[in-house]
Amino acid sequence: MSCCCEKKDPNQEAVDAVLAKYKGTKGALIPVLQQCQDIYGYMPKECMAQISKGLNIPLSEIFGVVTFYAQFHLNPRGRNIIRCCLGTACHVRGGAKIFERVQKVTGVKDGETTEDLRYTLESVACIGACGLAPVIMVNDDTHGRLTPDKIPDILAQYE
Amino acid sequence: MNSLAEKRKTYQDQLAAKAKKTVIVVGLGTCGIAAGGEKIWSAIKGEINNKKLDIEMVYSGCVGMCYKEPIIEVHKPGMPRVIYGDVNPENALQILQDHAVNGKVVNDLAVAQDPKEGAAKLPDVPVLNELPFYKKQVKTAIAKCGVINPDSIEEYIAFGGYEALEKVLTGMSQVEVIDEVKKSGLRGRGGGGFSTGLKWEFANKAQGDKKYVVCNADEGDPGAFMDRSVLEGDPHAVLEGMAICGYSIGADEGYIYCRAEYPLAIKRLETAIARGEEAGLLGKNILGTGFNFKLKIKAGAGAFVCGEETALINSIEGKRGMPRVRPPFPAQSGLWAKPTNNNNVETYANIPNIIRQGSSWFASMGTEKSKGSKVFALTGKVNRTGLAEVPVGITIREIIFEIAGGIQDNKKFKAVQIGGPSGGCIPEEHLDTPVDYDSLIALGAMMGSGGLVVMDETTCMVDVARFFLNFTKNESCGKCTPCREGTKRMLEILETICAGKGKPEDITTLERLSTVIKSTALCGLGQTAPNPVLATLKYFRSEYEDHIFNKKCPAGVCNALLEYKIDAEKCKGCGSCKKVCPVEAISGEKKQPHEIDTSKCIKCGSCIEKCKLDAIIRG
Amino acid sequence: MSNVNLTINGQKVSVPAGITIQEAAEQIGAFIPTFCFDKDLTAPGACRICVVEVAGMRNLPASCVTAVAEGMVVQTESPVVVEARKMILELLVANHPLDCMTCEKGGNCRLQDYAYRYGVTGGAFVGEKHEYLPDSTNPYVYRDLNKCILCGKCVATCNAVSERGVINFAFRGFNTRIATFMDADLKDSECVYCNRCVAVCPVGALVDKNMMGKGRIWDLEQKQVTCTFCESGCNFNVNYRDGKVVGVTAANAAAGRPLCLKGRLGINFMQNPDCIEKPLLKKDGEFVAVTWEEALGIAPILEKLKVINK
Repeated sequence: MSCCCEKKDPNQEAVDAVLAKYKGTKGALIPVLQQCQDIYGYMPKECMAQISKGLNIPLSEIFGVVTFYAQFHLNPRGRNIIRCCLGTACHVRGGAKIFERVQKVTGVKDGETTEDLRYTLESVACIGACGLAPVIMVNDDTHGRLTPDKIPDILAQYE
Repeated sequence: MNSLAEKRKTYQDQLAAKAKKTVIVVGLGTCGIAAGGEKIWSAIKGEINNKKLDIEMVYSGCVGMCYKEPIIEVHKPGMPRVIYGDVNPENALQILQDHAVNGKVVNDLAVAQDPKEGAAKLPDVPVLNELPFYKKQVKTAIAKCGVINPDSIEEYIAFGGYEALEKVLTGMSQVEVIDEVKKSGLRGRGGGGFSTGLKWEFANKAQGDKKYVVCNADEGDPGAFMDRSVLEGDPHAVLEGMAICGYSIGADEGYIYCRAEYPLAIKRLETAIARGEEAGLLGKNILGTGFNFKLKIKAGAGAFVCGEETALINSIEGKRGMPRVRPPFPAQSGLWAKPTNNNNVETYANIPNIIRQGSSWFASMGTEKSKGSKVFALTGKVNRTGLAEVPVGITIREIIFEIAGGIQDNKKFKAVQIGGPSGGCIPEEHLDTPVDYDSLIALGAMMGSGGLVVMDETTCMVDVARFFLNFTKNESCGKCTPCREGTKRMLEILETICAGKGKPEDITTLERLSTVIKSTALCGLGQTAPNPVLATLKYFRSEYEDHIFNKKCPAGVCNALLEYKIDAEKCKGCGSCKKVCPVEAISGEKKQPHEIDTSKCIKCGSCIEKCKLDAIIRG
Repeated sequence: MSNVNLTINGQKVSVPAGITIQEAAEQIGAFIPTFCFDKDLTAPGACRICVVEVAGMRNLPASCVTAVAEGMVVQTESPVVVEARKMILELLVANHPLDCMTCEKGGNCRLQDYAYRYGVTGGAFVGEKHEYLPDSTNPYVYRDLNKCILCGKCVATCNAVSERGVINFAFRGFNTRIATFMDADLKDSECVYCNRCVAVCPVGALVDKNMMGKGRIWDLEQKQVTCTFCESGCNFNVNYRDGKVVGVTAANAAAGRPLCLKGRLGINFMQNPDCIEKPLLKKDGEFVAVTWEEALGIAPILEKLKVINK
C-alpha cells in the first residue's frame, strides 16, 4: 500500500500517465501493457497490479494476456535484444547455424539473458526480411545475408 | 479548399519541376535498411553537403529486387532513370560523382534503366521492363512501392491517389461500389481466397448501429513480406482501400492490426494517417461529403494466430488472441460484437485501382475463377529473391525459373513451399500448375499470403515438415484439443523420425492425426496445420521411408542419420580438417589420406567447411 | 419461434429453430459427449469431443455450438465421428496421469467415462507430459493441473462472480494452463475457496480437499440441501457414507453467487465429538444433563400453560 506522504516512484507515475491517456478507451489493455513495458523494460508484478486497478480488469486476466503474447516479458531483459530469425527462408538458408553461433558468442540460449544484462537472445519465426535470409535483428536493426563468421563483429557493436 | 483535382495538378507540377533536378533515391524499406541502405544514405548525403552539390535526395520503399539490395536510383534530367544494385558506401560515392554529377553511368553497378521521353536510351544498360525479373510481372498493387516517397501524400495524390475515394464518395452508391468489387472477381489475398465483394455485401447487409473495417496487417507466414512492403512503400493505398470499404458497408471507424515486428510499417502508417487527416481525405467530413472515417493502428504483441480474423478481433479488444467459434461470422458479429469487415493489406491495396480502372480491367487478368494479379515473395534457394507481382494463373515454373532465375549454385530443384505453415510443398512434376486458389488447393497447398520458399536437393523434406510443425506447435493458441495436443504429438513423431528412431507405424499415426486435426480443429490455422506433413507425405513419402526403414537422410540434413567419411582418393593429407575437429576424431599422417573415427565424431560439419578438396563425404 | 426439420441418426425430428445440434440430439436421446459445454455457463466450442458428422459439411462441427438448420442430416456416432473422438481422447489421455485407481474422481470423471465408452486405453502417444506440482497448500481445494483438460468451466464460473476472477487461461499452446495471477498457489491469490470451480470440474483436477480419502462416488449417498447460514440460500450436497455424514460439497452455483466457506464447513459442527446433545446445568459444582425446560428455567410457566390449555 502506498501512503499519501510517500513520494511516488517515477515509473509508477509514468504508468499512471499511460492509464490516464487510455481511460475509457475500449480495448486499451494491450497498448497499455506495451507502453508500460517500454517504461520498465519488462512487466513487473507491481505494474500489472497498477494496470489492473486502473483499467478495472482482474489480475488473472492481465496475467493471461501477458503470458499469451510473445512480446511481453515477466523478467528483466538485456540492453540489447537479439532476435534470430528461424523462419522458412532463413531455415533453408542456414539460419540454424547462425543461431548456433549467436548462442556461442553470447553464451546464452533461446529466451535467456546474459548475466551482465548486455544481451537477451530470442528466436523468432519470421521478421519479414526473407529476401536477405538468413537474418537477425538486434534491437530495431536488421542484419541480413549473414554467415556465422559475421556474428561476432555485429554483436560487438552493441554495448 | 482546393478540389482534389486541383491539388493533384499542383503536386504533379511540383513533381515535374523536381524532374528537372538531379535526384538520388535510396531504397529504405526494411530489406534496404538491413542491407545497409542507411549507411549509403549518410555517405551520399555527407558528400552532397560537403561539396554543396545541387542534388536532391529522397527515399522510397521496396522495389522488390531484394537480391540487389541495397538499391539506389539516379534521376538526371535528360537521362533515363538508372537503378543501381549491390551498392556500398564507397561505390555509392562513385555513382554520385560519375553519374549524378558528370552524367556518366557506372555500367558495372547499373541493374537497369527506365527509359523516358526525351532521353536517349543508354547503350549498355538493360531496360527495366525487359529484365527477366520484370518481364512477366504486372505491377498494379505494388506499382507505387519503391517509386513514390511513402511519407508524401502529395506524391501519392500526384499518382492518382484518392481519386477512387473521391469517385466513390461523390458518384457511387454503396451497392454500386460493392457490385464493382464483386465484378472484379477480387478474392482475399491473405489466405482463404474468399470473394471480397461478397464479404463486403454481408457486412453491408448486416444490421448494426455501428460497423467496423479491419485491416489484417499481421503478416506472419514465414517467407511472406509483401504486406510489409506495401505498408512501407505505399501506405496510402491501403488507407484509401479501407475508406472505400468503410463507405460501402456503412462504417465510420477502422483498425489496422499490424504486427509489432514491423516497426517501420507502423511508423509510415502513422504518418500516412496524420497526413490523410490533414488533407481532409480521412477523418471527419471527407472531401466535404459528410462521410467520416477514423483510422486507428493497433500494434500486435507477437502471436501468429492473430492472423486468424476472429483471434485478431479478440486481440484488438485486448484479450488473448484465441479464435472464436464461427458462425457468427465477423460480418454479423465481429469487433465488439458489431458487424465487421476484415481483409488483409494486399486486398485493400487493390481496391483503389479497381475503382479507378474498373472491374473489367482487373478481371481481364488471371484465370476464370481467380482474377487479377498477386504479389509473391520469392525466397529460399533461388538466384533472385524479392517481390514479384504477376497475373494470377502464371505457372510456378515461370515464377521460379524465369522471374526468380532458377536455383542457386546450379543445384537441382526439389520443391517449393507455398502458403506458409498452412500450405504445402509442391514437387517438380507439378511445376507447370497455374498458381490460382483452386489449383493450389487441389495440390494440397494453398495460395496463403503468397510466400514461395524454394528448396533444392540439399533440403530434407522430413526436416521441413518438422520445421513447420514446430512452428504451428509454438503458435497454437491452446484453445482446442486437436491443435493444442495434436500438433505437439505430430512434432514429437517427426522429431523421432529425424533422430533416426522412427517406427514403422509412425507414418500411419501421422496420417491419422492429420485427418482428425483437419476435420475437428476450431479455426482455420488448426485445420490446416497438418498440411505440411500431408503434402510432404504425398510427394516425398520415400524420404520418410528412408529415414524410418533405412535410417538414411537422402538430403544429408538430419544429423543423427549422417556419417562422415573421408574419400581417400581425394584427400591429400593437408591436415586442416584434423586441426579444426573439436573432438579429435580425425587422424592421419601428413600427406597421407586421413580417417574419421565415427564413434568420436559429433557431426558438427566443421571439417567439411574447411576441406578445399571436397574429400569429406556426408551421407 | 418456428420449427426446423432435420434427421439425426436416421430419425426425423422437428425442433425449435436456433437450438444447437447437441440440444436437438438430446431431445431424441442420442448421446453426445461434452467436456467444455455447460448449459448455464459456457460454450466455447473448445474441447471438440462433441463433434458430429453433418452431410455436406467439409469438417466435423462441434455440436454444442452449431445451430440446427432445415434439412440437416446428422450422424452422432458414425465411424469418422468415433475415430475423431477416439483420437481426441487419446490426445487428452496422453497428457494425463493414469492414476484412476486412486483418483478421487474415479467413477465420477467424464474423461474416464468417455475413455471407457470409446475404448481408449492410453499409450497411443509416448511423449512429453506436464509435470506441474499439485497445489495442496490450502485446506480446501486440491488442484492438480496435470489432470486438467482445459475445458475452461472453472474459469467461467469464477468469472461469473463479480469482483472475483481469480483464475484465467494463461500461457499458450501446449503450455496453456489455468492460472492465478503470477501462477501463484491459491493460498497466495484472491481465492475465497467458494469451491464453485470444484463443482464444475469434469475431471480430477479440482478436488474438495475435505472429501479426500472419504470415499468415491459409489461409496456415497448425496442429498441436496439449502444452506441456512445466510439469506443467500445456496445449494450444497451433503454426502453420507454408511448413513453417516462425511462432508458437504458445493453443488452447482447460480450465476453471480458464491458458495461460501461457512456453508461447507458447517459439517464440522455436526461431527464435533464435543458436541452435546442435552443442555448441562451446574449442580453442586458439577455439570449435570437436564431437560431444555429446566435449563431455560421455563418449567413453571409450561406447567401453567398446560393447566390453562386443559
